[in-house]
Amino acid sequence: MWKHLQIELYKIFHRPRTYLAFAAITALIGVIQLGLKVDGKEYTEFVMADFAGSFSVDGKILNGYFICYVILQLLLVHVPLLIALIAADMISGEANMGTLRLLLTKPQSRTEILLAKFFASVIYTILLLIWIAIMGLFLSMAIFGTDDLFIMKSSYVVVVKSSDVFWRYCGAFCFAALAMTTVAALGFFLSFFAENSIGPIVATMSVIIVCTILSTMNIPLFNLIKPYLFTSHMVTWKEFFDFKVNDANEAIIGSIQYPEKIIKSAIVLVLHIIGFVAGGIWYFKKKDVLS
Amino acid sequence: MEIVKVEALTKKFDQLTAVNQLSFSVLSGDVYGFLGQNGAGKSTTIRMLLTLITPTAGEIQIFGLSLLKHRKEILQQIGAVIEKPDVYKYLSAYENLTLFAKLSGIQPTRTMIMEQLEIVGLAHRANDTVKTFSQGMKQRLGIAIALVHNPQLIILDEPTNGLDPQGIADIRNLILNLSKQYKKTVIVSSHLLSEIEQIASRILIIDKGRKLVEDHAASLFDPSKTIIELDTNNNEAAYNILSNSNWGNTLQPIRNGQIILQLNKLDIPLFNQYLVSKDIAVYSLQPRHSLEDYFLQITAGKQHVEAFTN
Repeated sequence: MWKHLQIELYKIFHRPRTYLAFAAITALIGVIQLGLKVDGKEYTEFVMADFAGSFSVDGKILNGYFICYVILQLLLVHVPLLIALIAADMISGEANMGTLRLLLTKPQSRTEILLAKFFASVIYTILLLIWIAIMGLFLSMAIFGTDDLFIMKSSYVVVVKSSDVFWRYCGAFCFAALAMTTVAALGFFLSFFAENSIGPIVATMSVIIVCTILSTMNIPLFNLIKPYLFTSHMVTWKEFFDFKVNDANEAIIGSIQYPEKIIKSAIVLVLHIIGFVAGGIWYFKKKDVLS
Repeated sequence: MEIVKVEALTKKFDQLTAVNQLSFSVLSGDVYGFLGQNGAGKSTTIRMLLTLITPTAGEIQIFGLSLLKHRKEILQQIGAVIEKPDVYKYLSAYENLTLFAKLSGIQPTRTMIMEQLEIVGLAHRANDTVKTFSQGMKQRLGIAIALVHNPQLIILDEPTNGLDPQGIADIRNLILNLSKQYKKTVIVSSHLLSEIEQIASRILIIDKGRKLVEDHAASLFDPSKTIIELDTNNNEAAYNILSNSNWGNTLQPIRNGQIILQLNKLDIPLFNQYLVSKDIAVYSLQPRHSLEDYFLQITAGKQHVEAFTN
C-alpha cells in the first residue's frame, strides 16, 4: 500500500497539470496581495464605511491576518476546481490513457490500488492547502505585518486579538483540508464512471455548484436536505474565528463560540468522504475493465 | 506440465455471449497461438485470464492454482501486453519500467532496467519521454514492462497491431527469443494467421466465443495436404496432362487461368520433374497458406468442431 502510494505520488508530481494548480494559486494570491498593497487603504475605508461612526480603529486593519482571511474567502470557492483537476482524473485519466488495464494486471488488489490513488489525491489536496497557507498567511504576514484581525460581518465587526489568531488559522486550514478532501472524494467517486477526464471534472464542479445553490437558497423545500449537503458544511472553517465573551463582554482568549457546529460539520464531511470512497470502490471492484 | 487450464469459460454481456464454454490448456514452454477473427472473443478471454473481466461461468487455473482464489500469487508470475501498449507518456522509458517493476513486486536496480531495455532495443532511448516514441517502440516498451519482473507466463494480446513490417518482424523475433532462449511460456493472440503460423507451437482457433480447433501447429500444417498453385508456359495443356495422370486426383477445376491441386510437400520435386518430362516449363510452384485456407474454411463454415485435438 505504502509503495503504491509512493508510485501514485510520483505520477501526480511528474505531470505538468499538477503544477498548474500551484501556479494558479500563486498568481491569484499574488494579485490580491499586490492590489491590497497598492490600494489597501481605499479598500479598508470602503468596507469600514458602515462602521465609521460607531467606533474608531487604533491599529492596522490591513495586516497579514486580515489579508489571509480575505484570500481564504475568495480562494476556497475556486480551489475545488483545482482539486477536481487531479482527483476526478485519478481513474478516468488512467482509463483514457489506457494504463488502467495494465495497472490492474499487477499483483495488487483493486482496493489497494484505489485506496492508494485516493490517499495520493488527499496528499495533493493537503499540499495545495499548505501552499495556500504559505502564500496567503505567511507571505502576507511578512509583507503586511501582524495585528488584531478585523472581520466584517453583515451588521457587526469581530475583532480577534493578534495573540489569539494564529491557532485559529491552523484550525481553519485543517477544516478547509477536510472540506477539500470531500471535494477530492467526490471527484474520485465520479471518475469511476467515465473514461475521459473532462466528464468527471465538469460533473464534480456541477455537483458542487448545484449543492451550493441549494445550501444558500432560503426555500423551505430545501431546508430539509440542507443539513445533509456537504456544501452546507464546507464554510464552517469561519466558526474558528467566532469566540465566546465573558460577562464584561470581552473575548475569551482561546475560545470558540460554537465548537459543536465544527464537530457536526466535520462528522458530515467525514461521512461524505467515506461514502464516496467506499461507494466508488464497491462499484469498481465488480466492474469489467473493457477500456 | 499445464501452465494454464481453462474449463467451460463463459462470459456474457447482457444478451451477448462473448465467450461460450471455452476450454483449453497451455503447456509449459508453449508459444500458444490464440487465433480468431475480430470479435471472436480473444481479448475477452485474455482479460479474464488477467482478472480484468469476471467470468460468468467456468474455471481458470494458472500454475495449478485457482485464479479466483490466488489472484495475487498468480499475477506475480504473469507479464502482459493487452492490445495497445499504453504507458505513461509524460514519463521516460526508464521511469515507466521502474514504476511497473515496483508494481509487480520487485525492487529494480538500474542494471536490471537497462538490461530489459537492451533486450527490446530501447536502451539508447531510456531517458526519453514515451510521447516521443513510435508505435513500434511503445510496443517494445510494453513487452519490456511485461518482462521486467521475470514472469513465467507472458500474455501478448495482438502485439503486432499497428506496427510496420519491421516492427512486426522485431516482435516476432522477440517472442521466439523469449521462448527459445529464456524458456518462457507465451500466449499470443492475433487475427493475423501468418504471424501465428511462424511462431506458435500450439494453436487455438476460436470463433464467436467458441473453440473451433486446438492442436499442435505442426498438425495443422500437415505437409501431406499442402495446397499448391502452379504457373507454367501453357496452363491449359498442363491441366489436361495432369488430369489424365495420377496427379489429377486432387486437381481443382481451373479458375482464372490458375491450376490448384493438393500435394504432399515431399512430392513437389517429383511433380516438377514430371511436368518438365512432358515439355511443360514450370514458372512457379507456390504452396498456398494452408492455415489461412483452413482458418477461413472453418470460420466461414460456422461449424464448431469441438474435438479436433489429438
